[in-house]
Amino acid sequence: MRRSLRSAGGGPWTALAVAIAVPTLLPLLVIAGSFSDIDPAFWSHLRQYVLVPVVENSLWLVAGVAVLATALGTTLAWLTAACEFPGRRVFQWALLLPMAMPGYVTAFVAIGTLEYAGPVQTALRELAGGEIWFPAIRSRGGVIAVMSLALYPYVYLLARNAFLTQGREALEAAQVLGMNRRRGFFRVALPMARPWIAAGAMLVVMETLADFGTVAAFNYDTFTTAIYETWFGEQSVNSALQLSACLLAVVLLAAVAERRLRGGRAFTGGKAGGRRIVLGRGRWAAAVLAGTVLTLGFVAPFVQLVLWSAQTWSEEFSSRYLGFAGHSLLLAGSAALLVTTVALLLGYARRNASGGPANILASLATRIATLGYALPGTVLAVGIFAPLAALNGLLNTAARAVTGTDPGWLVQATLATMLIAYAVRFLAVAHAPVDSNLLRITEDIDRASKSLGVAGWSMLRRVHAPMLRGGLATALVLVFVDVMKEMPITLMTRPFGWQTLATRVFEMTSEGLWERAALPAIAIVLVGLVPVILISRRTTNAF
Amino acid sequence: MTTRSRVRALLFPLAAVLITACGAPAEDELVVYSSRNEPLIKPLFDQYTAETGVTVQFITDSAGPLLQRLEAEGANSPADILLTVDAGNLWQAAQQGLLQPVSSPALSANVPEHLRDPDNAWYGLSVRARTIVYHADRVSAENLSTYAALAEPQWQGRLCLRTSKKVYNQSLIAMMIAERGEEATEEVVRGWVGNLAAEPFANDTAVLKAIAAGQCDVGIVNTYYYGRLLKEDPELALRLFWPDQDGNGVHVNISGAGVVAAADDTGPAVRFLEWLSSPAAQAQFAASNMEYPVSDAVDVDPLVAAWGDFVGNTINVSQAGALQADAVRLMDRAGYR
Repeated sequence: MRRSLRSAGGGPWTALAVAIAVPTLLPLLVIAGSFSDIDPAFWSHLRQYVLVPVVENSLWLVAGVAVLATALGTTLAWLTAACEFPGRRVFQWALLLPMAMPGYVTAFVAIGTLEYAGPVQTALRELAGGEIWFPAIRSRGGVIAVMSLALYPYVYLLARNAFLTQGREALEAAQVLGMNRRRGFFRVALPMARPWIAAGAMLVVMETLADFGTVAAFNYDTFTTAIYETWFGEQSVNSALQLSACLLAVVLLAAVAERRLRGGRAFTGGKAGGRRIVLGRGRWAAAVLAGTVLTLGFVAPFVQLVLWSAQTWSEEFSSRYLGFAGHSLLLAGSAALLVTTVALLLGYARRNASGGPANILASLATRIATLGYALPGTVLAVGIFAPLAALNGLLNTAARAVTGTDPGWLVQATLATMLIAYAVRFLAVAHAPVDSNLLRITEDIDRASKSLGVAGWSMLRRVHAPMLRGGLATALVLVFVDVMKEMPITLMTRPFGWQTLATRVFEMTSEGLWERAALPAIAIVLVGLVPVILISRRTTNAF
Repeated sequence: MTTRSRVRALLFPLAAVLITACGAPAEDELVVYSSRNEPLIKPLFDQYTAETGVTVQFITDSAGPLLQRLEAEGANSPADILLTVDAGNLWQAAQQGLLQPVSSPALSANVPEHLRDPDNAWYGLSVRARTIVYHADRVSAENLSTYAALAEPQWQGRLCLRTSKKVYNQSLIAMMIAERGEEATEEVVRGWVGNLAAEPFANDTAVLKAIAAGQCDVGIVNTYYYGRLLKEDPELALRLFWPDQDGNGVHVNISGAGVVAAADDTGPAVRFLEWLSSPAAQAQFAASNMEYPVSDAVDVDPLVAAWGDFVGNTINVSQAGALQADAVRLMDRAGYR
């Protein structure tokens, strides 16, 4: 097996990329099909009363969260990866914790605490003996802040992976060349980490656009709330799907922008190592920043969850929780493995697709396959469920024709369907870190490896695998935690009688029983934490 | 553990789930799609199983996805019954042909006419009253009269409302349109918006807490949210007011159910609905969430009874569904977010 992978032919690789994109095409086709019936009255109402505020709100939100989450994620990643400051050893993994906290929980706690009726303002009023001025938490600034706190870990995890593996030699070389530390960061480290940061920011943008739970807690109208309002309020599924198509168009534009940001450079990696930058007075500023982010994004909501769980423990806890957690672990674990594997195959497919049309086709397939993350969860769930239910109908009819009895199959409510749906939803999440790491394995490296007689599978195992490890681990964690928290797909495609921790949260919040939802939410955080800690151990070992 | 045995350990449970999940529901089994949550319905399902031997399989989800699910599954749907927490979604399901009419003397006797579908596709099983709540110290009940009167200038800066995106408010506005027409209703909603003390809240509990804390003085909520808060804090300085008692009465919605069109044999499903409408089940159905039974013959929970009797709106609740889209657009026009 001495042939290089690249010369093995772009045909099969392109075919693989296209095959991976097929499940994502299902919801896209359902969306496209909705355009067969356009309701002019709906669109004129939308244009006149809904569209302008909703687009304005969405743009502000996406821009605000993208900037704030990227700034927080990148800064914290740099501080924990390259600098030394008090508490760094704890912060480097603890800063991932907010990822395990569902965004709507952070939102609910922030609003409950900082509202007029909340404890903070109530105490301040008592202190002042009358009405006081306090910034409104349920405002544009409030929702941007809360979502940034929930989403910065995506950027943090990817950027940290980049900073840790780019090697500090480059930075030291820059210092030898007379750059101070600040210039070294901006001129050397940051540009080298750009594909990772851009990929993380893109995930944040997609998640922000598709979010419903967090913005609903703020009653902040976005494009996604308009989609749901059209569906549930105006009872028009078709118009809702048409709006979803508009949302997808925006995401595609953003994806093109992200590619531009990467600038088509070749990015090389270096060996990790070198000395940490010892901060001067800044070390306390670094500790305070990390501590504040951790407190607001994780500690405060977690404490609130614990208090609520204590209140509702006797009513809510039962041995059934073992089953809920077991199902959650089974789903999140198998989805993480499956989706990461598919992301890896997709990455290689795009890398190895031969030039010209095959390459363009593979790139297009990649773009389509990773679109699912930008669709509002319930829209995606229906988009996958409907075609599979139709297929199930055909299978049952065929079986009935052959055997004479109704087999009563339910293909659409099986674990296989759930995993396919998760793959469509979360492929982008796994693809971002894997593809960023693949960018590092340049053709030069392949050539050098081959010239030393290491090619084919041997090259994959001995050269590629070590370089991909960090990206794969990141992908596994991100998908695992995301599936732990996922609701709409799980609710719709789960087999009868199946409950997970996330569906248990839904059972309670659907009737406004926030206190009772705290226990399953804590369980999600705790069970979701295990892989986060494992992974941070692993990436820390890279030193 | 070797890699192979690890793979096996993972694959066997996977395969087991894949296969068992494909099995057809058994004979004496009912399948319920429910947007009423598990803690509220499962005790009733368990009791029915104990009494009749019929097991009840169910899935819960929001009503919107459940309707899409029924639509996508079509004739092959395993579902026998659709259970929701509002009339609008039942109306919509019937409109899409997802429910089938059933005739049952027991259901007709137990469920008042205005709380069931005129074509018998669905039946109310409990009543949810949406009424006015006020702060006992800052508001005199004498100043309160109707929902519409909350648009009067005296409530300037004193009113709190939940978001217009909640179906409870959409139903309320839909019923107001049915009573007084679009123009007059829009006038009222504009007045409400002008009187708001704060941006609309995400849930009823937040409205109640805002009134208790002094951010506003009056609001509109479902009674059981008030009941929950009262259980936590018996000293709560909030009171319920029953509006429109000289007119159309308090706005009521239902939690109810219908038989799914795909169900071949409607007998078991109808028997289950009849059982749910029977006095014993009714008391529990309503009390589990501090709601009201549909039948006047059944006593309400003592805590709920303490809030007093009221005259409920008797316009058929199907109007909440038929006029829901109009209500949504009206609220958009009036700037009620």
